[in-house]
Amino acid sequence: MKIAIPVDDNSMDTSVCISFGRAPYFLLYDTETEENNFLNNSAAASQGGAGIKAAQNIVDSGAEAIITPRCGENAAEVLKVAEIALYKNTNNSIRDNIEALKEGKLNLLDDIHPGFHQHGGS
Amino acid sequence: MKIAVLSGKGGTGKTLVSVNLAAVSPESVYIDCDVEEPNGYLFFKPQDIKNKRVTVKLPQADSKLCNGCRTCVNFCKFNALAYIKNNLIVFNEICHSCGGCLLFCPQKAISEKDREIGMIQRGISGNVRVVTGMLNIGEASGVPVIEKLLQDSRKENKDVFIDCPPGSACMVMESIKDADYCILVAEPTIFGVHNLEMVYELVNLFQKPFGVVLNKCLEGENPAEDYCLQNEIKILNKIPFDLELGTMNSNGQIAVRKHPKYRDLFQNLLQAVRKEARHETASDS
Ligand code: SF4
Ligand code: SF4
Repeated sequence: MKIAIPVDDNSMDTSVCISFGRAPYFLLYDTETEENNFLNNSAAASQGGAGIKAAQNIVDSGAEAIITPRCGENAAEVLKVAEIALYKNTNNSIRDNIEALKEGKLNLLDDIHPGFHQHGGS
Repeated sequence: MKIAVLSGKGGTGKTLVSVNLAAVSPESVYIDCDVEEPNGYLFFKPQDIKNKRVTVKLPQADSKLCNGCRTCVNFCKFNALAYIKNNLIVFNEICHSCGGCLLFCPQKAISEKDREIGMIQRGISGNVRVVTGMLNIGEASGVPVIEKLLQDSRKENKDVFIDCPPGSACMVMESIKDADYCILVAEPTIFGVHNLEMVYELVNLFQKPFGVVLNKCLEGENPAEDYCLQNEIKILNKIPFDLELGTMNSNGQIAVRKHPKYRDLFQNLLQAVRKEARHETASDS
């Protein structure tokens, strides 16, 4: 199974990124072949709707599951339509989370937060 | 003459000032651009109410024509579109109705439909025509409602008073765009100075002539007044902290229609504004 994780750097030694839409990279990891790939998150620099664009990129990459600390409403909707499962990470270590997922120890993510819009008064 | 009334945050007295100025003017239009929380109409209690829907265009893809090329998805700089499982998903609240996706779709698969985002309500209250913008709950941007509100006011030859949204974000900028003069309302506290600074920067950015009304003034220290003196900002008037005024305000009463004392106060303010605005236009030409 191919999974995606938002990460801080394009290396297996980096940690899980606290943001989904604004993560600099996504790790694409194949649990069968143990192959890893880093996807440059082109959405990170966008003004608005970063989550939607990031989700679109992940869907296009063919991932079937995502491990992330949090996810915005709109991105979650894209991922739901695409039938991609969302799991919550246990700690910041990439390897720990991949192991935990393999062993079926990760919980589904239920922390879906409303989007941050660029408009309105402060 | 178009006068915009603004303040860095809500509850400063922005509505008090704009409502009373409109009421004291012989014939005027009051426009409530605080579309997320309009409350001017609560004071005016307008009659002969007419409502008009405000809609924006929303793209819609015909799945029979769309071949999934994603030109539209890549084009949309707001990321309001996603193409998932042979379907184009449109995120209503994110779409800015720019029409770009429609224009660039090679298959001509996109059409537009109307989506209601709010309402404009018009009514009459004595000498004042009351126009209120109302944004539906959950909408991200009230700018289209404000645009519609101000469109009609361009033709107006009466005095127009624009009650702006609080803050200094894009909705406020939209509201003051065609104002001839801006009134900044400030409270006499350190926090009030901070809020005043925000709108002060904004009117400078737009190069609008402006003056300050100091609200809720007590004897003694007034940091907002000090700030104005330091920065050579024109103080138009000082409204005293006054229980009677506070009570009228919380009961939804218009002070100038109730009491000659306040009628005088706001009449003076209106005169000061007129003088300043005229002075500005004279020195412009
Ligand atoms: S540009 Fe037109 S054809 Fe291409 S994905 Fe968008 S709607 Fe479909
Ligand atoms: S109309 Fe503009 S903002 Fe809306 S989806 Fe199309 S390209 Fe994006």
